[in-house]
Amino acid sequence: MSAPFSWIKPHPHGVYVEPADCWIDPSRAVDKALVTHGHADHARGGHGATVATPATLAIMDLRYNIRENITPVEYGETVRLTGGVDATYIPAGHVLGSAQILLEHAGERVVITGDYKRRADPTCPPFEVTPCDIFITEATFGLPLFAHPPIEDEMAKLLDRLAAYPDRCVLVGAYALGKAQRVIAELRAVGHTQAIYLHGAMEKMCRLYEDFGVDLGELRMVMDHDKDDMRGHIVICPPSALNDRWSRRLPDPITAMASGWMRVRGRARQRNVELPLVISDHADWFELTRTIEEVNPHETWITHGREEALLRWHQLHQRRARALAMVGREDEDD
Amino acid sequence: MEAFAALLDALVYTRSRNEKLRLIAEYLRATPDPDRGWAMAALTDGLDFKAVKSSTIRNLLKERVDPVLWTLSRDFVGDTAETASFLWPEPLGETGPPPTVSEAVDALSAMTRANVASELPQLLDRLDSAGRYALFKLATGGLRIGVSSRLAKVAFAQAFDVSVDAVEEYWHAFGPPYLELFAWAADGDDAPDTAHIPLFKPFMLAHPLEELHVDLADYAAEWKWDGIRVQLVHVAGETRLYSRSGDDISATFPELLGALQLPAVLDGELLVRGTAQGGETGGAASFNALQQRLGRKTVSKKMLTESPAFVRLYDVLSVDGEDLRGREWQHRRTQLEGLMPRLPDSHFDLSQLVEARDFDHLAEIREGTRDDAIEGLMLKRRDSLYVPGRKTGLWYKWKRDPLLVDCVLMYAQRGSGKRSSFYSDYTFGCWNGDPDAGADLLPVGKAYSGFTDAELKKLDKVVRQTTLNRFGPVREVERTLVFEVAFDSVHESKRHKSGLAMRFPRIHRVRWDKPVHEADRIEALRKLIRD
Repeated sequence: MSAPFSWIKPHPHGVYVEPADCWIDPSRAVDKALVTHGHADHARGGHGATVATPATLAIMDLRYNIRENITPVEYGETVRLTGGVDATYIPAGHVLGSAQILLEHAGERVVITGDYKRRADPTCPPFEVTPCDIFITEATFGLPLFAHPPIEDEMAKLLDRLAAYPDRCVLVGAYALGKAQRVIAELRAVGHTQAIYLHGAMEKMCRLYEDFGVDLGELRMVMDHDKDDMRGHIVICPPSALNDRWSRRLPDPITAMASGWMRVRGRARQRNVELPLVISDHADWFELTRTIEEVNPHETWITHGREEALLRWHQLHQRRARALAMVGREDEDD
Repeated sequence: MEAFAALLDALVYTRSRNEKLRLIAEYLRATPDPDRGWAMAALTDGLDFKAVKSSTIRNLLKERVDPVLWTLSRDFVGDTAETASFLWPEPLGETGPPPTVSEAVDALSAMTRANVASELPQLLDRLDSAGRYALFKLATGGLRIGVSSRLAKVAFAQAFDVSVDAVEEYWHAFGPPYLELFAWAADGDDAPDTAHIPLFKPFMLAHPLEELHVDLADYAAEWKWDGIRVQLVHVAGETRLYSRSGDDISATFPELLGALQLPAVLDGELLVRGTAQGGETGGAASFNALQQRLGRKTVSKKMLTESPAFVRLYDVLSVDGEDLRGREWQHRRTQLEGLMPRLPDSHFDLSQLVEARDFDHLAEIREGTRDDAIEGLMLKRRDSLYVPGRKTGLWYKWKRDPLLVDCVLMYAQRGSGKRSSFYSDYTFGCWNGDPDAGADLLPVGKAYSGFTDAELKKLDKVVRQTTLNRFGPVREVERTLVFEVAFDSVHESKRHKSGLAMRFPRIHRVRWDKPVHEADRIEALRKLIRD
């Protein structure tokens, strides 16, 4: 009989499940990978075999051309791995296809969240609380200053600014996978029916979302239109294009960015953002701590983010936790 | 308070000068007295609440949130007031409505060190996060939102369509919340009666002479002294000393206040006496000696004896109640000369005119001078009226070699070796057009020498306090500080966006007193190319 949980081994480049000889979200190519969601710091190409939800596999195919040795798993479905390990995919509420992975072995339960949030998101099913012994969580916004406002407030800010400058456009920098589609879907949800213009890098991912049943309304490509067409409209681009020469083709754009980091004034100013939209697909501090209380694990492992503060919270609440110091996670554009 | 908080946030995210002006003007028009006056005071650094310091805020927070979480959050945000505005626990139960700005100001003024810990939370509990941020910024001063006091005054002038010179002139007559100013500008009341108030009068300034030649029949020449330009005003028994930007620096040079006992407004160069660092006996010491005395709120006896200040007079704007600004320079000069016997020579002397046969002779004299306290020459049209600002063709400054330009600090980088903890390498820029019309700064060079260790310490502090962006070891800072940069020559170069590169640039001196919009333009630097 081996020591409790000795079958699961955190490494800087992923979590290794020894009896099944597979990795969760490895940041380098491995023989067998279980992937929580399609963001590049969790999903990469080149694995011998890949297990993920159908949407995540479609996203990975779009980005890395993986069609072979893939195992699609639906939410709630359990796959039996070698070595007596069961893996169940559970909604994480992060982006389309995102899942937590519940691993069960020898009566022990481990949940790996990948990235997650607790807010409603029209593009994916909500996070489900899953009791477990070890809860492996992210902590991207793991500082008590991060309290994401209600998304309706941010949508109102965006639409108010758009209405105030009918001759300009509002250019929203948003992560190409997830954030962009959520912003569009939330705009539709509050009744914004006008066409939304997209940077070329956004098109395929938006089409993929539509293929998975997410209604994004009328989308137009910036490259197909004249400056004047875009006046009074919202334009969405990857954050990297915000201050790029590309934006010169737009009608006097007001620079906005949709990101949890926009909470901090200095972060917005760093990016020359005039209209910060605090919209995140990650749990804020209060969601993180509430989730840990609800899941109530024996021990929390923290993959990446503001580990120190979340560790301190555990200490203050007499909970066990450790930081895994995963490398290559987290994106400034989240 | 909500409107003021919204204004601050809008200003934080706005880079365009015109848009900032518009935002402030809109606020001033839409906000009633006295709130808008207090807001103006906050924007022009006119507020100081003794009981509320950054440490007060920190201590209040550490009583309410875990100190470790506080420190981690503060380190992440990089701004105590902002972090505190986020972490302040939302109050339980009923709280009052948000205070107005003037209510907050009254409450802050009434606070003492003894009761601030119980009084301040009552205000904070009535505000949301943005409101708390605004309150902290109001309480501790130093908004650091990229709005200079000048910009706020320009916005005031734009809001009510009055002349900015008049605003500058009246500004110092009144304290916050400036009810008389608003009554005049916004409500069309008569201009304030300022006859009995020692007001600052906006300075007349000079253009660089560059390649121009002037006829000495039309222009008088005088030395340009290397001190700080000041204005000394005595009205109704009260004397005040103003710096070039209109700041009241009376407290820094108390010895001058008693020295002027007749009703007059004098324009001159403030210098300190001393033979050290190039000064002649009884004459002026170099700028470095003066610098020891700048920026102090109180002065020690030792300083007063070792480095006594005096004013070398250039001009007289009024005397015995008569405004001379509408008279020609020649007339004012005669008046000034006539005034000298009535002024104590311990604290005043006259800036001598430089007599030359013709322009070439003047150039020779300029080349030949070796006095460290001389910065160059001034050329003033003999018939020029005293006009605020910089009007073409009236006054010229003709600085002595080396080549000098006034640049604005843009980026700072950590040094190496014993300077590794200091931001000691500075990248500075010049304006690519009229800064008052929205021009940008373009980097023109980089320097890491020419300042003292004491100055370095001060510069490092400024860099840390005004950081906008961090790029590894480099910090981008707010445009607040002017360097007078000396260099041997300037050439075309692709290295900088400005297309220019300086040879051997060094910080000639730090112009703590100079407003950034008065720094030089790219075109001025370009004209110095001698290839």
